[in-house]
Order: sequence, then C-alpha cells, then structure tokens
Amino acid sequence: MAEATASTHIEHSGPDAGITRWLYTTNHKDIGTLYLWFSFLMFLFGGVLALVVRAELFQPGLQFIEPQLFNQMTTMHGLIMVFGAIMPAFVGFANWLIPMMVGAPDMALPRMNNLSFWILPFAFAMLASTFLMPGGAPDFGWTFYAPLSTTYAPDSVTFFILAIHLMGASSIMGSINIIATILNMRTPGMKLMDMPLFVWSWLITAYLLIAVMPVLAGVVTMMLFDIHFGTSFFNAAGGGDPVLFQHVFWFFGHPEVYIMILPAFGIVSHVIPAFSRKPLFGYSSMVYAMAAIAIMSMVVWAHHMFTVGMPTVAQLIFMYLTMLIAVPTGVKVFNWISTMWRGSITYETPMMFAIAFIILFTLGGFTGIMLAIAPADYQYHDTYFVVAHFHYVLVAGALFGIFSGIYYWFPKWSGKMYNEGLAKLHFWLSFIGFNLTFFVQHFSGLAGMPRRIPDYALQFADFNMISSIGAYLFGFSQLLFLFILVSAIRSGKPATQEVWDNAEGLEWTVPTPAPYHTFETPPEFKSRRAH
Amino acid sequence: MAFMSRLSRLSVALAGLFCSAFVLADSTMMEAIPPFNMTQGVTSISQEAYWLHMAVFWITVGIGLVVFGVMFWSMIFHRRSPDRQPATFDDNKALEITWTVAAFLILVVMAWPATMTMLKIGDTSDSDLTIEARGYQWKWQYKYLDEDRNAQVSFFSNLATPAGEIENRQTKGEYYLLEVDEMLVIPTHRKVRFLVTSNDVIHAFWVPDFGIKSDAIPGYINERWVRVEQPGIYRGQCTELCGRNHGFMPIVVRAVEAAEYDQWYAQKLAQQKEIDALSQQEWTAEQLFSLGEEVYVKHCLVCHQANGQGVPPAFPSLVGTEMVLTDKEGHIDIVYNGKAGTAMQAFGVQLNPVDLAAVIHYERHAWGNDSGDVTTPLDILKFAQKQ
Repeated sequence: MAEATASTHIEHSGPDAGITRWLYTTNHKDIGTLYLWFSFLMFLFGGVLALVVRAELFQPGLQFIEPQLFNQMTTMHGLIMVFGAIMPAFVGFANWLIPMMVGAPDMALPRMNNLSFWILPFAFAMLASTFLMPGGAPDFGWTFYAPLSTTYAPDSVTFFILAIHLMGASSIMGSINIIATILNMRTPGMKLMDMPLFVWSWLITAYLLIAVMPVLAGVVTMMLFDIHFGTSFFNAAGGGDPVLFQHVFWFFGHPEVYIMILPAFGIVSHVIPAFSRKPLFGYSSMVYAMAAIAIMSMVVWAHHMFTVGMPTVAQLIFMYLTMLIAVPTGVKVFNWISTMWRGSITYETPMMFAIAFIILFTLGGFTGIMLAIAPADYQYHDTYFVVAHFHYVLVAGALFGIFSGIYYWFPKWSGKMYNEGLAKLHFWLSFIGFNLTFFVQHFSGLAGMPRRIPDYALQFADFNMISSIGAYLFGFSQLLFLFILVSAIRSGKPATQEVWDNAEGLEWTVPTPAPYHTFETPPEFKSRRAH
Repeated sequence: MAFMSRLSRLSVALAGLFCSAFVLADSTMMEAIPPFNMTQGVTSISQEAYWLHMAVFWITVGIGLVVFGVMFWSMIFHRRSPDRQPATFDDNKALEITWTVAAFLILVVMAWPATMTMLKIGDTSDSDLTIEARGYQWKWQYKYLDEDRNAQVSFFSNLATPAGEIENRQTKGEYYLLEVDEMLVIPTHRKVRFLVTSNDVIHAFWVPDFGIKSDAIPGYINERWVRVEQPGIYRGQCTELCGRNHGFMPIVVRAVEAAEYDQWYAQKLAQQKEIDALSQQEWTAEQLFSLGEEVYVKHCLVCHQANGQGVPPAFPSLVGTEMVLTDKEGHIDIVYNGKAGTAMQAFGVQLNPVDLAAVIHYERHAWGNDSGDVTTPLDILKFAQKQ
C-alpha cells in the first residue's frame, strides 16, 4: 500500500510529455499558462484589426478598405479584445495564482477547468471564420444593437451568436471553479478577510460573471429567435422593442466593464505594496470598495443610453447612481497612493506599469464622471470622447494591470528573470504610444467626431493622424513584449528564491520556479490582522 | 506635399495642445489648431451643457492636482534610500471616512446644476413648430407637421459630397462629408420641437451647436426642442452605427429669420404642388432617362454602384436580370415597396411618382439593359392605387 502510494505520487509529480500535456491537463499552472498564451494571441489578432482601422483613419477619404469591411474591423476588434484578450488573461492569472495564494494544491474542479479553457479556441475559431463567409463578419459594433444585428445583419450573425454562447459557458464554468476554490480550499486559518486582494477581486468578479453572463446568453438567444424563428423581441413592426435590446445588453455590459477592471485592481494592490516596501493601506476599505463597485455596477446600466429617450426622472436616477460609483473607485485610488506614502519606493517594471495604471485609470475615471453628467453626455455620447474614455480604463487600466502582473509573477512562475532594460523600454514605448493614440481622441470627440465612422470631416484630420501614429507605435511595441518573454524563458538568468525583496504572500514561499504541484499539504498561515 | 505640410502643422498642434490645454483657446497661436473643445453652440441648452462640461472638467483638474500632487511627491521623496526606513502604518479610519465624505459632497455639487439642465431639456411644451426627423439608411427625411395635410412640406436630405472626393480623386471641399443636397430650414427665435424616429435601424440625430442628441429608433418617437437665436448654418452627423454608410449621413440645418422662413416655406409648398401636377403630364423616354440618372446617383448608387452591378450578395446586380428586362410590374413593386429583410427600402414613400418612374425607366435602359418599354409617372400612380 505504501509502495503503491509512492509510485502513484511519482507518476503524477510532473507534466506529461508532448501535446497531451496541454490537451489533457488538469493542472492549474498548465491551464493558467494556456489561458495567458491564448489571450496574448488574441491580443495580437485584435490589435492587427485595430491597426487596419487606424490605417484607414490616418487621412480623410477612403484609402484601404470599404465601409462595410471597416465596420467588420471595429466590431471584431471590440469582441476579440473584450472576450478573447482581457477576460481570458485574467482567468489565466486566477488559475496560476488563486491556488498558490490560498495554499491549495489545485483548483477545486480541475477537469471542468480543462473544459472551460478548451472551449475558447473553438469559440474564437468560429468567430474568426466569419471573415471568410459570404456577407462578411459581424459588422454591427461590439454592442450589436438590434435591429442592425438582427433584421439587417449579415448571415454570419448566427455563428457570432453561437460563439458568444460558448464563451459565456466557458466564463461561467471558470467562475464556478474560482468561487469553489476560494470558498472551500483556503489553507486552515485563512479567513475571508485574510485573503490577498487579488483573491478578493476574483471572488467578486466571479460572482459578477455568474450574475450577468446568463443575461448575455439570453439576449443573443432572443436575437437568434428573431432571426430564425419568427419572433419579434426587438422588431418594432412585430410589436417588439429595439430599446429592450439595449437594456438587456447593458445589464450585462456594464458589470462586464467592471469584470475587466476588478482583477487589475487586485494585481495592482499586490504590486504597489511590494515595491513601496510597506503594507497595503486600508485593506478592509479596499475590499468593501470592490464589493460596493460590483453591486453598484448592476444598477447603472442605462447611463449608456441617455439618448434613447428615457423619461427624465429615469435619466436623473441613473445619472446619480453612476456618479456615486466614483466614491468607492476614488477610495481605491486614495488607498494606493497612501500605500506609497512614506514607503521606500523602487521602480522596477511591474511598479512602472502599476503607477501608470493609477494615473491613467484615474484620468479615465475623470472622463467617466464627465460622461455621467447627462446633459453633457448628450454632447459626448457616441463620439471619440467615449472611445478615449474607455480605452483609458481598458488599455491603461486592464491591460497595463495585466502587464504589471506578468512582470511581477513571471520570474516565480518560470524561474527565469526577464531583461529589465528591455522591459523598461517596453513600458515607455507602450506608455507613449498609448497616450499618443488616445489622448488626442478626447479632443476629436469634443470637437464632434462620431465614433465608428470610416471617414471624417477635415477638421478632425490632424488628431486622427497623431492617433494613428501612436497606434502603430503602441502595436509594434507589443512584439517587444513577446520577445522579452520568449528570450527570458529560453535564456533568461535564473530568478532568485524571493525574486523581489518585499513581495508578500504564500505564492512567494514556494521554490523558484514554482514546482508542478504546490501545497500538497496545507501551508502554515498566520493572520497579520487582528480579528 | 499636402501630407508633409499636415505633418509639420501636426507638430505645432501637438505642442500647443499639451502646453496650453483648454486655457489659451483664443490666443493667436491657436489659429492653426483645429477645434478641440466642446462647442458652446447657439441654444441655451448647448450653452448649459458647455458650462457643465467645463465646470466638471475644472473640478476634476483640481482633484487631479491634489491626488497626483501627493502621488508625485511620494514618488520623488519616498524613493528607497539607505538612511530612511519605510513607514509601517496600514490604516487610518478617520482619513478613510474623510475622503469618502469629501468625494460624495463634490459629486452633490456637480449633480445639482446637471439636474436643472435635464429638467429644461425635458420640457418640450409650448412649441411654435414641429418637425419630424426620420432616419433612413442613409439619409434624413424632414417633415414639417401641420394640421392641414395639404400644407405639409416634406423632403429628403442626402449627402452632397461627390464620390470623387471620398475616393480621393478630387480635392476635398471645405465642408467635406458635412454638406447635403437640401438643408433643413428652421426659423430663429421660435421654439422648434423635433420628433425623431427611424424607418429601419437605429440612427441618431445630432447637431452639436444645438446641444441635443436623440436616437432615432424604429417604433419610437423621441422629442427634443431648440430655440436658435442666431441665424446661420449648423452641421452635424448621424451618431449611431447604422450600417455601411453610417459615416455618410450628415445633418445640416439653416436657421433663418422668421420672415425668410415663411417665404421659404411657401415656396417649398408651391414646388411640391408643381411636382404633383408634373406626374400627370406626358414624358418622353429621353426626359425620363436623364432625370432617372440623377435620381439613381442620389438614391441607388451607394448600394447598386455606378455600373449597376451592385455588391452581391448584399446588394444584387441590376444588369441583365430577368426583372429589369421583362418584369416591369415586379420592378415597380420592389422599388415602391422595398424588400423585407434586406437593405432595399420602400422608395414609394421617399420619392415622388416622377422620380420613381424616371429611375425605373433608367434602370431598364442603362448599362446595356434593353427592356424596350417606357415607365411613366402614370404607371406609378396606377400601381399605387392598386395597393
């Protein structure tokens, strides 16, 4: 018996050889790696689409692509970045980090974990294949407002609907797994209010996902019925209501934007204390702020719809609630800055990205407050001002958070140190490229340039040229990121045991690189906080 | 080269923007710089929106100075140094409560004036005049509603920028993409109520100088109002993605003094009655063909293309098909009633019988099509009566 146990243990102590390691894996680290590489691939794909858009917008007039294809580009760029790049990247982080942070040997439901990843390549292959279909890919914007996405949609819309269903199933399975792991598999002694903030951020995010992904599934199913089975949910001529579509979509869509930012809040809350050499300021208010943001995110959806003609009172209520979200969000920013205050700060690449995150996300928050003011929103709505706003929170917010987290944990995961000089270069190119691209879009939007147009009036020409130059700088500097990672994995210097001199948490107590299996017996945990 | 001169202008623009932001808007240096802030506009609503925009902007600038000030102080003076240990504090309840309450109070200060403006925008009562703005893929129809149906003026407003400018074969004009074949005309000093709706997908009616934006939604009628004090020409665009030519359906409004408006209206009404009379008159094939070409360019060309071959499968070809060669009744039907579930619209409500007959006649004889028949306005009127 003892022998058998020992041999089983040896058999399962390392990964399988060859491709089956990745196909059949139930290991949270392997699955995390799969998620992260997949999301990076999608990031490059979505980025190429954006660069096509920016090429067309470089000068007024139609140069490269005709308007129908332009609409396909903007639509697919949005869909792929939201569902293919940002969301799976955060799930990759969750897979790698949550078991290591709570002292668990693996995720609670390892086989479902495998399934929830392997659905994604199929879903996105299906979505991308619509480019090859007659009539082209979805061209109705990533928000796919009916009836443009139903009565007037290209035939490929049905494939788009099925792809969304698959992505939703994957997200829901991933969320269930994360919640089950966090609630059941924490090492003894770790109370909820002892959990690292990244774990908290994902616990809240996972609940949000379970709350709203079925709503998204519902709205695309209603579209499917309108298109194929003769119903009229969104068709006014049949007694339906096109505005209903927007209400249901944004009931999903607004929490969705917090789904894409909360895990980044979590990452930054680890990086800032580590490089300030000081404990995180206001742990409990950080947790409460995230919970408050998540709850409030579900009652502000109609601020995306101020111009649809809601009653004035409804618009006022949504305006007030939206403004209120600024309070917990502001609290988080104040707490991060207080964490840095009187610390002992050094500027390694993860910290650079985290600081850029705070500054640029706050700018995105400021434009968010401006957009919440309904009478002013009538002027901002559907202009480039909105495009600038949401790229500040999604690129400088979510994406810079991801970069920060990768540089921070990569040495512990891989056992290799990345090249700090090149990583700094990657940071500065990304920072400058990003601001060049999107800062000027505030101006073109305020001056009146609508979004989603392939050609524009001459007064917007200068801003668009700057924006396109910035976009190419930003886009191509991501190849440097790929180079940094690949060269570190192949020939990087070995990372030290502690990697950073003040990084805290159970994930730093395991050897470098993190072994295939960690915490097969629960680690000792001492709460730093008085209860 | 135009491209190089734009690049050099760009560097000036960029430098100017980053140094002076919103402050130096009227200094001489800024003349080379395109508009980069919200317009103050010409209605009380647009002026209040501008005021709110700037007020909230400056409040956020103030918050930003404090927050980033503290942050940069920390980034500079709290760097790691051998002679200083990091602090160890990690909580301060009083501070947390203070900034939570402070943030809340600042928001209340912003919400108050915003509420006042919202109530004003919502008040469409006591208007002097009502105009329906109806979005179509991809043009606007304006209808001046009047209790006497015979006194109603209605017309379509299409993009007037020639294809050559869009395809970079001609120099782009000053109002590139912001010019129409027929402007919406409104009187100054009167409260004009707009009823905004759509015939197909969702569009949005926006004239920045008026400070109103309203989605045009099929099955919905949204109300907005303006009172323009200053005569002039005001330009806007559709702002809701509405398909292929979303970027090519501008809104241009000419605001004129009341007397001039009344004169324009009377003239427009008389013209409309003239067209009714024309429908009954005799037309030669040549007259129909040349008028039909004009109508085709204005209404059909974007989808069916200049060579009539369309962009299949979304926009079918009109060359040599059975319908254009033999089936005249079917041809009138599809142009008049459109085809459900496709981009083909019902032009029966958009074009007068003369234009309809002409464009159908044109399609049946252009690009080598030879149906050998003539389509007259009378054919259209007969078809309409059978409906």
